[in-house]
Amino acid sequence: MLTVRQGITQPVTYRDDFGVMITVIDRGGLGYASTSDLSTAGLRRAAEEALAWARRSAGRAVCDFSKIAMPRPEGSYESRVGTPWQSVPLREKLGMLQEECARLKTHEKIADWYTGLWQADTETVHLTADGSKAVQRISQIVPMMGVTANAGAETQVRTFGGRGYCRQGGMEALDAVGFRKAAPEIASEALALLEAPNCPSGKMDTVLDPDQMILQIHESIGHPLELDRILGDERNYAGTSFVTPDMIGTYRYGSKLLNITYDPSRPEQFASYGFDDDGDRSSREYIIKDGILVRTLGGTTSRARAGLPGVANARATSWNRPPIDRMANLNLEPGASTPAEMISSVERGVYMKTNRSWSIDDSRNKFQFGCEWGQMIENGKLTHLVKNPNYRGISATFWRSLKMVGAPDTFTVMGTPNCGKGEPNQVIRVGHASPVCLFTDVDVFGGE
Amino acid sequence: MQKEFYGLADHVSSLLRDGERYTCVYSGEVSDFVRFNKSAIRQPGRVKQDLILLDLIHGTRHASGIISLTGDTGVDRERCGELVARLRLQIPELPEDPHLLYATEVHSSERIQETRLPAPEKAVEAILDAGRGRDLVGIYASGGIYAGFANSFGQRNWFSSYSFNFDWSFYHGGDKAVKSSYAGLEWDPAAFGAKVESAAAQLAVLAKPARRIPPGRYRVYLTPAAMNEILGTVSWSGFGLKDNRTRNSSLLKLIEKEAKLSEKVSVHENAACGVAPDFQAQGFIKSPKVTMIERGTYKDPLVSPRSAKEYGVPTNGANAGESPESLEMDGGDIPTGKALEKLGTGLYISNLWYLNYSDRPACRMTGMTRFATMWVENGVIQSPVDVMRFDETLYHIFGDKLVGLTRETELILDAYTYEARSTSSMRLPGAIIDDFTLTL
Repeated sequence: MLTVRQGITQPVTYRDDFGVMITVIDRGGLGYASTSDLSTAGLRRAAEEALAWARRSAGRAVCDFSKIAMPRPEGSYESRVGTPWQSVPLREKLGMLQEECARLKTHEKIADWYTGLWQADTETVHLTADGSKAVQRISQIVPMMGVTANAGAETQVRTFGGRGYCRQGGMEALDAVGFRKAAPEIASEALALLEAPNCPSGKMDTVLDPDQMILQIHESIGHPLELDRILGDERNYAGTSFVTPDMIGTYRYGSKLLNITYDPSRPEQFASYGFDDDGDRSSREYIIKDGILVRTLGGTTSRARAGLPGVANARATSWNRPPIDRMANLNLEPGASTPAEMISSVERGVYMKTNRSWSIDDSRNKFQFGCEWGQMIENGKLTHLVKNPNYRGISATFWRSLKMVGAPDTFTVMGTPNCGKGEPNQVIRVGHASPVCLFTDVDVFGGE
Repeated sequence: MQKEFYGLADHVSSLLRDGERYTCVYSGEVSDFVRFNKSAIRQPGRVKQDLILLDLIHGTRHASGIISLTGDTGVDRERCGELVARLRLQIPELPEDPHLLYATEVHSSERIQETRLPAPEKAVEAILDAGRGRDLVGIYASGGIYAGFANSFGQRNWFSSYSFNFDWSFYHGGDKAVKSSYAGLEWDPAAFGAKVESAAAQLAVLAKPARRIPPGRYRVYLTPAAMNEILGTVSWSGFGLKDNRTRNSSLLKLIEKEAKLSEKVSVHENAACGVAPDFQAQGFIKSPKVTMIERGTYKDPLVSPRSAKEYGVPTNGANAGESPESLEMDGGDIPTGKALEKLGTGLYISNLWYLNYSDRPACRMTGMTRFATMWVENGVIQSPVDVMRFDETLYHIFGDKLVGLTRETELILDAYTYEARSTSSMRLPGAIIDDFTLTL
């Protein structure tokens, strides 16, 4: 992680972490053990501990794990990297961050400002007792930039898409997402927001930029469709789902314009991979087609338990956590509308961009989101800025108000590096891509 | 592992060259995690992990690295040596760090517990018994948590704790459930049995038809568990000096005296009554007690060594994120047993969930009710209530709308296990609040 704040390089931290997760299925039970002791004795000890847990759970587990045909992965996957992280000297990377950081401090009202890069290379080797082997090498990068503008007790923050411009690949990703062009606009927008009135309240049409759409997709489509939630595994922590098994194949999730894919095949997207952490080979699938729910986000074990279609998304945050159902790349496929067509179709509404706040109930139904940036739409034209734009709704009805979906040139590949779930808790990296979208009759409101 | 860590620290000391210093933090755990769903075992396993964070310092330049340890002394020494060499090469590439601050006075300490934990299969048996005939879901986490600090000045600190935390719910159906937890150092079947019976009794109330209430303002009682979510949200950017000075603090209006809280509200970081290590990553010992809000007024921030150097004030041993680890809120004068009577008619809210700011500078937050929310009339629970969204400013919740706090406070051990099992805690009262805004 490299960060420059107010022109000062923050402590630079490098991490070299390794370990093994051993899963044993015995007599119908399942147990796991993880260790960073890779000696023969250490691995033997972990295998014995996993076996002991498998036996303790046999006959008392949620299912007979011996009846589930686990995958036998064969092959490899590697991120497509143009300019490897290590090929650029540290001094050069910090120099670039210093330069961009300096461009953020444009006014005395800018109270804080920073730039940063987080990068990780992860190698995973998946082995099974019957001799299969899959190797994956994944390189990821997350550019970060933000400013805080302040006047008295009024503070406004603008960022470079939160941490949403996360990508798979190398340093070339920075240019692909426009990192080195963003600073002046972010700074001027934060200052402008200080002078803006609060977002008005009322039912109105809302145009959402991709850097807000990704959170809307994540929270109100991704999580409710994770099959382990539908099966109840997460009820004590992350929550359940308003989606029930009988809805698969028939439930109208959204308008006919809503097409959602699980797409691990985009090389630049944050959560692309060849195999999930149960060894299941990944492939692109429609989750919602023309507004109808057709498939869940469930890995091998959950699919077997529920008897429902899913995808290869049993994923673990690291070697020290077991795989659970996690959305990976979950995308809203582009439509045909231009942003100009969307704006011109709105009599009174608001355009919002960049998520800054998210909250949703444990069934993933009643949500509320806040954005950094708002701009009124009046009589088909974008007019004045508004600060603290928020909106709330209910997943089960919100997606049916999807009125227009942006054309492919508005489709933006993003993601979120910090999705929390699971017991024990896990943070995982997720990819999302979306075009600009227009929703009708949204419950919008502002700040204090 | 204490001996091994101190040995590694001595080894790193022996590798130093002229002018070099270091600080080193160790964290480790050996934990059993057993996950339950529908009163059956979902995922059981053991996690053993050991990490060190080494910061190599030369003048005001420094670089740090985190490596996992194997437990093999020879291999770990070699890895430490490689890390030192790597950081040594990196340091000339880095600019001077004007905000670098680390402890130079030696304050060694030890806080060592012996394990009294039950065998994992014994706890699992008791849990499965409790779930029989019910819908139990949750996680049992148990085992040793270890933390250490060493530096080139010879300071050595060690912390070991052996605890369990069974965090669970009994489900009635849908999203209606009773959330509970049983945590400690030693398994007491009678204490666990009492928890189970209490939860089961509440479950019976959830069987009544749920009441739907429209959005509006309600008088509510927030249990300590619900208060934990509100204080947890404020802890995210509210109490640190850096957030104060960069104007990012959610308590900005309180800091600026543009808004005030009730005189009933006093909040402290009380390291002495928590369960976390008393040292932090740069080797400073935490102040025993920092009062952050005193009788409704902003008092002292949490100050990390880095902020201390940046803003020229003394550190009080806060972590880098300047978030509380052992937060304590003073109780009030309402006996907990009289809370429903004092509530009269309104909502009993057992838990809140998924809080976030809807207007951070105004400390306005939104979130959901979760698990058992009950409609109360004349101090008597009537029926469960469907989940509702709230959106309310802290200056109402703990300000002009705060009716009172319970006299008794409850220690809530953090059940989070992100990366590793947490040692954070909060000691909190319950609260009765008027005109609490529900929006959806």
